[in-house]
Parts: sequence; structure tokens; C-alpha cells
Amino acid sequence: MQGPIGARLVQLLPTILLVSLIVFALQQLMPGDPAVLLAGESAGDPHVIAQIRDQLLLNRPLWYQYLHWLFGVLHGNLGYSWRLSSPVSALIAQKLPVTLQLSLMAFFFAVVIGVPAGVVSAVKRDTAWDWLANAVGLFGLSIPNFWLGIVLILLVSVDLGWLPPSGYVPLAQDPLRSLQTTIMPAFVLGNAIAAVLMRHTRSAMLTALQQDYVRTARAKGLAERTVVLRHALRNALIPVVTLGGLQLGLLLSGAVLTEQVFDIPGIGKLVVDAVFNRDYPVIQGVVLVSGLLYVLINLATDVLYAVINPRLRGG
Amino acid sequence: MRSILLAILFPLGLLLGLAGPAFAAPHDRTLRIGLREDPDILDPTLSGSYVGRIVFAGMCDKLFDYDTKLNIVPQLATGYTYKDPTHLILHLRKGVLFQDGEKFDAAAVKYTLTRDLTMPRSLRKGQINDIESINVIDPLTVELVLKAPNSALLAQLAGRPGIMLAPEVAAKEGKDFGLHPVCAGPFRFVSRIPQQKIVLEKFKRYWNAKAIHFDKVEYIPIVNSAVRLANLQAGALDMVVYIVPTDVPAVEKDPKLRIVTDTSLGYNGITFNVGNGPESKSPIGSSADLRRAFELAIDRTALVHVVYNGLFAPVAQANPPSSQFYVPSVVPPKRDIAAAKKLVAASGVKPPIPVTLLVPNSPDLLQAAQVIQAMVQPAGFDLKIRAMEFASALGAARSGDFQAFLIGWSGRADADGNMYSFLHSGFGFNYGHYSNPKVDALLDAARRAPTVAARKAVYAKVWAIERQDMPILYLWSLKNIVGMKKDLLGFRQVPDGIIRLQGMHFAR
Repeated sequence: MQGPIGARLVQLLPTILLVSLIVFALQQLMPGDPAVLLAGESAGDPHVIAQIRDQLLLNRPLWYQYLHWLFGVLHGNLGYSWRLSSPVSALIAQKLPVTLQLSLMAFFFAVVIGVPAGVVSAVKRDTAWDWLANAVGLFGLSIPNFWLGIVLILLVSVDLGWLPPSGYVPLAQDPLRSLQTTIMPAFVLGNAIAAVLMRHTRSAMLTALQQDYVRTARAKGLAERTVVLRHALRNALIPVVTLGGLQLGLLLSGAVLTEQVFDIPGIGKLVVDAVFNRDYPVIQGVVLVSGLLYVLINLATDVLYAVINPRLRGG
Repeated sequence: MRSILLAILFPLGLLLGLAGPAFAAPHDRTLRIGLREDPDILDPTLSGSYVGRIVFAGMCDKLFDYDTKLNIVPQLATGYTYKDPTHLILHLRKGVLFQDGEKFDAAAVKYTLTRDLTMPRSLRKGQINDIESINVIDPLTVELVLKAPNSALLAQLAGRPGIMLAPEVAAKEGKDFGLHPVCAGPFRFVSRIPQQKIVLEKFKRYWNAKAIHFDKVEYIPIVNSAVRLANLQAGALDMVVYIVPTDVPAVEKDPKLRIVTDTSLGYNGITFNVGNGPESKSPIGSSADLRRAFELAIDRTALVHVVYNGLFAPVAQANPPSSQFYVPSVVPPKRDIAAAKKLVAASGVKPPIPVTLLVPNSPDLLQAAQVIQAMVQPAGFDLKIRAMEFASALGAARSGDFQAFLIGWSGRADADGNMYSFLHSGFGFNYGHYSNPKVDALLDAARRAPTVAARKAVYAKVWAIERQDMPILYLWSLKNIVGMKKDLLGFRQVPDGIIRLQGMHFAR
């Protein structure tokens, strides 16, 4: 087991290197001069621009800029944000937990809404409940996040005054206020995933409800609730859980838009602002860390498969 | 199953039930201000963003400031005298402390200005480059020796170069000073979480402490204007620095809120590419007649009425009507399609004349571009709109990849800040590379002219030439539109749009 994992870990290095190189190259293709954006209202003075370009090594050859950054990374230094002068690693450490909290809460909403709706829809097939659940599913899939976000802010915060319109309070600082600030964005973010989970749960439940073991359970005289929840749903959930796992990964990237609408200072907002401001060290740092996380999660999944299914062991 | 559902729903219901009173701004002495973007680094030497100036106003006093009529008034300096045109004597306020307890004196002024002039990446250097040396005469008097007379220098000392920094902290922190700045203003820096919040608390030993009525100030950046407004309406913010004109009626209708609107120093206009690369060879880039015809086809009043609810004012120059440098004779012409067609015919270019207008992709500017597109069509212009993200649009403009560029400027109280870098050859905001030796000479002369009247006379000559050459078509001057709770009192609006906290207080 250790051998294959070790081999996979060795393979990580060129993957991450390639990711960083691609991001660096893509950045250079982005129009706009970081020095002009940094100079802001002082960009009218050509000497200022020249000085900034010199300071940020933007006048050096691209290979030099890349190797300079890579050298820093290899020494544990992701560099400094050009715009904020803060260490990139500190910014990422500050923002990543926010996005993780938002994504996990969104996943919670997706499961709480999607799975029961799918079960009800399948059990009450071709009734008003089924149509209602399908309508909810269609709504979730069709409504864009940013629109739903704005509408909810106007309704829940401005008209009803129930929740804060935007912003974020860390969980450790004030758990109640933290939940208040993230509940609405989490609902918006989880809404689309809930629709996907609902559709798959419904389909899996319909299949499960026609299986012999369900007929047997009913023949044994078990209560319908027990048949549905203990026998059908348990089996139907296997593909749903797999799908849910995949969707959780997507939530992290889907948070970008939701964070923008609700002004949640997470990793998505960090990278979007960095792109708009051409803050290259932040973009590179975030992509590097995200890439690393992504390949590590993939590795963990592969390892988990091997743990679960002995037939996959032994390379 | 039912118990599981209850276990989930009960806390959620509780959360909703408790939420109402929990998120509204508490009835303490904390002022929450919504900003339209997150400021860049909070180091006055390195900062380039407009919103950064709003935060600095809470933390850092300057040598001079502006009053509501744009007169330069004392702040950390009590006055100035010119020994001769190249020797400026500054008299400093006694008993001022920096927020770390250091004394503010002539040595601190020398340190700060020297830092601005010498620090790598300083954005202030170009603004005060005419300072040759700084001499400490006594603890409360400092002399600035200039390389050449510069009438705009005092205005610079009322801007970011005039912000005084605590020397010991600045020397110790170096380039990291902006992470925890220390100045001599009413509030001291407490914390910043980028993109989330900047928190300041009252500096009790502030020299003008009796004018300060808040214990804490929070600056909260919210980029989306609808969400910014929703926060104000929901009570989560006490004040929003910029309300978009189309949202003004919503604020006016709200009994808890009020709008304060006043002239701004900013403007929007179209810069034509008259000399920056191959695109300058376009018909409109090559012919001043066509540019004037383009102007005659635009009804600025209708334009601002449609796009900005009539809140902004049509202009034909960079300085707003509130400025002492405003030249009253330079006014926008009325829309005259017949006259525009004559100019088109005189240019010898056969219509339809293709023009591509580069526009940053903000909704209001795109709408303005569409109105202009419709207005200039009857005069024979085939206007195509090229929308781009802001940074990309700036990149395209600087590299000459444009024919016409709809862009704005936040504006300065002194005319030099609105004209020199835009119309003088070789400067960065002169995107179209307009170059007229007469204009260059006049702009240089205006810097040396000793009085406002003399400078204004020189600027009038610049406008006479500019109106003929038309490298920039000035369209409208902006307004500062601030939304706030009705119980927030004492706000004085200065045309530069910066929020001064002195005198502001809650009625509650």
C-alpha cells in the first residue's frame, strides 16, 4: 500500500509544477498592466509606473519572474500581495476556512432539501407532492445564484429584517452571528446541488422501490415508513452519496459567485479581486494551493477506494 | 425521522427568530460606513486607490485640508508663508500627538516628505517632486525649498502627500507600515481583514478630540451597489459613500434614510486616440472636425437624464462648476445635427464613419455608450461599442488599442490634477497621446503662475485650444451621492467626496 501511495506522491510534484506554469502563462495573456492598476490615481505619472514595474520585476524576462516565484515557493514563501502587501499564505489561511464553512453549510442544505424531496417525489409518484418536488428541483436548477441571492437579500433582510444582508463573522468569534451571516448564502449555494440530489434520489428510489427485497419487506408486514426509509432509501443512497461527494468539490468552486453577491470574504472573492487587480502573487498562490488540495483529495479518494474494496489493493 | 427533522428545524427557526435584532447596527457609538471597493494598502506613500483616501481621512490628518467650498484650510499646519516663490514656510500645530504617543513636529514633517520622495514604489514622489530640500527651522516651523515655483504644491499637501506618519513606527515597519499604520488623526487603526472590514477606534489624545463623537468606525467594502443599498436599508450600515443615481428614489422613499448630494470633482468623457499607434489613423482620430461633429451630435443633458436620472451635470471641461478654476465661458454646445453634418461633409470623409468606443463594462457606462451610439448615428457616425473589464480597458487604452475611450476621473480640487497628466504630452492619462506644444507650454506656465486668477487665465487659453483640437470630449461632471440614516447628523460634504468624521454624530 505504501509503495503506490509513495509513487503517487512523487507524481504530485510534476503535476503541481505544471499547474503553476500554466497559471503563470495564462496570467501573462491577461490584458492590463498590474503596475497601472497599483498606481491607481497616480498612474498619470510615467515615472511612477516605471518604478513600480522595476520593483515588481515586471521588466525582467518571464522565465526569471517565474523562477523567482518558484524559488520562493520552494522556500515556503508564496510571496506578498502587491495590492495589500500581506503575505499570500496569510491571506489564504484567513480565507480558506470561510469558504469551507460556506461550502459545508451549503452541502448540509443540499442534503436536507434534496434527499427528502427526492424520497417524497418517488414514494408519492404522479401526485401533487411529486409535481411540487419536481418544481422545486426545476427551480433550483434554473435560477442563477446571483439573482436568487439578490432577491433573498431584498426579501429576507430588507423587507423582513430577519438576517444580515451580507458580510461574515468567523465561527470562532460569534457562532450565532456566524450562522446568521452564512445561512442565506449557504442556502443559495446549496440550492442548485439540492436539485441535482433530488433528481438522483428520486430516480434511485424509483428503482429501489421496484426491487424484490422491497416487495419482501412489504410482504413481511413491515410499516411502509420502515420499508421506504430502512430498505429502499438505504440502497438508493449509495449512488446519491457518491454524487454528493462529487458535488461537494464543485461547491468550493461554485462559491465564487455566491461570495461576490453576499460579500463573503472567502477564497473565491480573494481570487476574483486578485484577477481584477492583476495581483499575480495572490492568483498564483491560490491556484497553487487549490491545485495541491485537489490532487491530494484525488489521492485520498483513490486510497479510500483501496481501503473499501480489497480487490483494488496491490497496485 | 420526525425527531431528526425537528432537531434540524428548531435551531434554524431559533436562528431566524433571534436574527432580527442581532444584525442591525447596535445603538452604540460605532459608525459603519459602506465603501464601493476594498482599499489597497493603507500606507499613504504607497496607496493609489480613491477609497483608500476615505479611510485615511478617519485615521490620518494632513498638513492642510479642504473646506466645503474647496478652500485650502489648516489641519496639522496652522498656516504657511512664501518667503519667495521657491521657499515655502509651514507653521505647525502645537500639542499634536501621533497615535503611538510620538510628538508631531517639524522633524516628523521632514521624515514623512523625505519618505514620500525616496521610498521605492512611492506614488507620492511625482506629486511633490518639485521639493528640493526640507529644512527644520524650529520644532514648529519647516521650510520647503522648491526647484521651481509650483502653485499646485499646497493642494498636494492637502492630499495624500500631506498625511503625516509617526516617524518611529514608519522607520521600524518600512514597507509593512500599511499593515498597521500610525498617524495623527482622530481614530487609530485596530484591525483589517481584507475584503471584509477595517476597524478604527477613537484616539483619545487627538488634538481635536472634541469634534469626534464616535468610539469606533468600521469601513465595510461592498462592491455590488444593490447589496450596499440593501445593507443601508436593513440597518446594517449607517452610511454608504456612493449610492448609484438610479437607487436614489429608493433611498428617498425610505423614512429611515436620507440622501446628501453635492457636486463632485469627478467627470466622465471620451478620450480620442489622436496619436497612439495605428488606431490613431482612424477617421475620427485624424480629424478634429469629425471630433467636433461627434460632440455636436450629442445631447449631454438628455444623456445624463436617461442614464443618471438627471443628477449629473453636463460639462465641456475637466474642472467642475464648483471649482475656482472653472471657466464659465466653456460650456457644452447644444445638440445640432445640421451643424454636425456640415462638419462631417467638410472633413471629406464619406459617412457612415466607423468609430469604435471602448467602454469599461459597468452597467451605467454601457448604457451611456448606447445612448451616445443612438445620438451620433443621424450625424453619420457608425458607433460600435467595445465593452471590456476595467483593467483590460485601461491596458488597451495605454497600448493605443482604441479609437475612443469612455472613461472617468475622480477629480482633484486643483486644476493641475485634472489637466496636466491628461493633456500634456508624455503623461500617463493622456491615453490618445495628444501633443500640442502650445498646450504643454501653457500647462507648465500655469504651474508657475502665482495666483489663482493668473492660473485660471492660462487655463482658459488651454481650453480654447482643447475645444478646437478636442483630444478629450468632456461629457458630464459627477455628483457625490451619500446615503445615510436620518439620525446621523453633522455630515459636511466636500466636493472631493472624502468623508470627514469631525463633527458627525448620532442623534440617538
